[in-house]
Amino acid sequence: MRNLIALPVILLAVILQTAIVSRVYLLSGIADLPLVMLAAWALQEKVETAWHWALAAGLLVGFVSALPMLAPIIGYFAVVVLAQILQGRVWQAPLLAMFSVTFFGSVIASILSFSVLRLSSVPLPVGDVLGMLTLPSVLLNMLLAIPVYAVMRDLARWVYPAPEVE
Amino acid sequence: MAHLGIDCLHSNMRNLFSRTLQTTIIFLVVGGVMALALGGYFSSASNVFTASLVNVQAWFSSRFLAVQDFITAPRDMASLRQRNIELEADNAELQAQLIQLQQQAGETQILAALLDFAQARPENSYRAAAVIGRDPSPFLHYIIINRGSNDGFLRGMPVVTDQGLVGRIDAVIADAARVQLITDPASNVNVRLQNAEVEASLVGSVTGDVNLDLIPQDINIEIGDLVLTSGLGGGYPPDLIIGQVVNVRSRDFDLFQQATIQPVVDFNHLSVVLVIVNFKPVDIAPLMPLP
Repeated sequence: MRNLIALPVILLAVILQTAIVSRVYLLSGIADLPLVMLAAWALQEKVETAWHWALAAGLLVGFVSALPMLAPIIGYFAVVVLAQILQGRVWQAPLLAMFSVTFFGSVIASILSFSVLRLSSVPLPVGDVLGMLTLPSVLLNMLLAIPVYAVMRDLARWVYPAPEVE
Repeated sequence: MAHLGIDCLHSNMRNLFSRTLQTTIIFLVVGGVMALALGGYFSSASNVFTASLVNVQAWFSSRFLAVQDFITAPRDMASLRQRNIELEADNAELQAQLIQLQQQAGETQILAALLDFAQARPENSYRAAAVIGRDPSPFLHYIIINRGSNDGFLRGMPVVTDQGLVGRIDAVIADAARVQLITDPASNVNVRLQNAEVEASLVGSVTGDVNLDLIPQDINIEIGDLVLTSGLGGGYPPDLIIGQVVNVRSRDFDLFQQATIQPVVDFNHLSVVLVIVNFKPVDIAPLMPLP
């Protein structure tokens, strides 16, 4: 039942993404709030699983966006995989792990979107995509990482409360 | 005994005479002083006296006011703080009302301009919709509007503002629709240059720039030429304004010229758009030769 919290949270994230975050540009790049939230959630120690979060986020973003549905789903699953790999390996440095997952997750999601659109015959110059879109988007995601991590940590503590010691 | 009584009577008479005399003298003295004062003979002395009185009273008054201020000042500060809080709350409320009214005024101006635009083109039927979001992917240039198939919107319907062409509807659900902007890298619009009377292809880009392609080399393009939809291909109605030529790239070894277009629509600040609901797009895909 605890996993059901993913639906309203991801829904809120997608609404915020389309209504607000997508309007804040850095060059041609924008932040990806669901991706950063997913990374922050998957890195929480108490969180048992984040796969359904990735699926919900991928389906919702795929529904709203004109991108082919597979691109966000695979991208968000890749973020969860990255978080699972790094969780616990970056000793006592959750923020460093958060930055790493956000950085590499953003790059992977960008490469996936680029590849899918190129396969759909959309003309995308690599130089423009890298300089005007991918790097600014990664920077914006990194800026979002710290506040989103704090919010998701509090959410994780609320969903998975610590057992009382007698 | 009789002698004693006479002495007593004499003594009483003397006392009575003495008191009457004293009273008379006092009245005379007081009356004289008053007569002298009313005659102005004591003005200098009375001035000194009243000035002293006034100074003394002023001293007491100033000390009293100082003490009163000391005692009542904290109460005044508290009431001033309370009043300040109330005024700040009123100010915040008025500021919010001002912002709301400015927003309503802006929306009214936009709607008035859209109404003028619709009235100027009676051949088309328009329906207004508000922009409620943008595509979450930075690779794509799409907007989301708050009306869909319940309002008669269909895929392929052109979307405009009072300034010019915005794009066309790409996907529809019951109460919302997704609109592909002409700045989208996958967008392709058949256009004509008004002055040169030549047709070309307008393509978007990932950075949001809009470019003209497929312009024959022998055509002379001027900066400032107006770009309109041509209506070819059936995707858009003809003669919708798109923008102006701001830059021309012509190289001898290229097959076609290219030009950069400055769109008339500000795509970063779209709030309300019009959908042309009586336009039926033609799907020419089945007529295209297979690769």
